[in-house]
Amino acid sequence: MAVPLFDQLYNFARWLTQDNAEAEDLVQETYAKALRGFSSFQAGTNFRAWMYRILRNSFLSSRSGLKTAVVFDEQGEEGAAAADSPTPESLYLEQANRQIVQDALADLPVPFREILLLCEVEEMSYQEIAETLSIPIGTVMSRLSRARKALRGVLQQRLKGGRHGV
Amino acid sequence: MGCEAWTVKLDAYLDGELDSAGARELSGHMRGCGACAADALERVKVKRAVAVAGRRYEPGAEFRAQVLKSVAGMDPRSQTRDVGHPGRGWKWWVLAVPALSVLMVSLLVNLYVERGKGRRQLVYSELVDRHVETLASASPVDVVSTDRHTVKPWFQGKIPFAFNLPDLAGTDFTLLGGRVAYLAQAPGAQLIYQVRKHDISIFIFQDQGRSMGVTSTPMRALSFNVENWSQNGLRYFVVGEVNPEDIEALSKLLRDAG
Repeated sequence: MAVPLFDQLYNFARWLTQDNAEAEDLVQETYAKALRGFSSFQAGTNFRAWMYRILRNSFLSSRSGLKTAVVFDEQGEEGAAAADSPTPESLYLEQANRQIVQDALADLPVPFREILLLCEVEEMSYQEIAETLSIPIGTVMSRLSRARKALRGVLQQRLKGGRHGV
Repeated sequence: MGCEAWTVKLDAYLDGELDSAGARELSGHMRGCGACAADALERVKVKRAVAVAGRRYEPGAEFRAQVLKSVAGMDPRSQTRDVGHPGRGWKWWVLAVPALSVLMVSLLVNLYVERGKGRRQLVYSELVDRHVETLASASPVDVVSTDRHTVKPWFQGKIPFAFNLPDLAGTDFTLLGGRVAYLAQAPGAQLIYQVRKHDISIFIFQDQGRSMGVTSTPMRALSFNVENWSQNGLRYFVVGEVNPEDIEALSKLLRDAG
C-alpha cells in the first residue's frame, strides 16, 4: 500500500521549511490531520488541494511559517502588473545547471516559492492553486506573475554572478 | 491591439489557462510577432527549468515506513494519543480504516480528474503518434487476422495481461490485426479495426493509475478523436480519425466484451 501524495507532499514541505526534520514533522502532521478531519472533506471537491492546504496551514502555524506570513502580508498584491516582459536570460538559463535554479527558488520568499512549485512542479490549475492557498484566482494570477518576475531577477543575478566568479 | 495586451495573457496561455478562443487568438498573434514569440519561449524555458529543479527532495525510506505505519493505523493506541481522544481508541480505529480507503479512492478519482491538461494531452499525442506511425508502416500489424480468436491468443506471453475482444458480427467494424505497443516503457496491445475504410487503433495497457495522467473523458487530440476508460485493471484507449459516434460504438463493444 502506498501513502497517497507522500513524495509530492514531502518535496513541497521540504521546500517550504528548508529543513528535513521540520518537513518530516509537517508531512506527518498533515496525514494525522487529514485522517482526523476526513469527515470535513466534501466529496467532489479537490482532494489534492485539500491535502496541500492542510500541509500549508500547518506550516503557516509553525514557528518558521509564522515569520513567513508576517513578512508577506505587508506586500499588497491585488492588481499587481502582470505585463512585465522577461529580460533575455535564456542564454544564461541554458547554461545554468539545476543547482542554480534550485538556489534561486530557495532564495525566493515562501509565497513566491510555493506558488511556483504548485504551478510548475505539481502542475496544478489556477483553480486548484486558489483552493490550496485559499486566495481568489485573480490573486493566483498576479502572485504567479510577480513570483516569476522575482525568480527571473534572482536567476539573472546568480547567473551573472556565477559567470564573473568563474 | 498592442503587444502589451497580448503579453499579459502569455502566462495564462502557457499555463493552459486561456480558453480555446483566447489561445487561438494569441497563438495567431505570435505567428506574426517575433517579439511575443521570443517572450513566450523565454517563459517556457523558465517554466521548464523550475519544473525540473523543483523536484528536488525525496523522503527517506525510514520516514516513509514510519508514515505508512502511522497512516495505516498499525498501532491504534498511538493514533489515539495523536488524536487526543483517550478512551475512544477502538472507535477511531474502526472509523479510520474505512476513512482511509475512501481517502485513497477519492485521491485516485481526483487525480484522474484533476491531472494537468498538459500531461493528458501528452499521453493522447503519444498514442495518436503510434496510431499514425502504425498506419504509415509497411506492415501495420504483426498478427494479421480478422478472427479475434486468432488475434487474442497471439498476445499470450508477449504482454503481461489478457483481454477480451468483442464479436463484431452485425456491425460495420472489421478487425485487421494487432501488434505489441509501448506506453511509458510498459508493453500493451494495439489492435487495428476498420470502419468504412477508416482505421481505428485500440490500445490496451495495464492501468498504471495516476502516472498515466489520463481521465476517462473523450477528447480530441490534434484532429483525432480519443476515448479512454479503465476496466478490470486495464486502460483502454480508442484512437481514430473517424466521427465520435464510431469511436463510441466501438468502445461500447469493447466494454461489453471486457
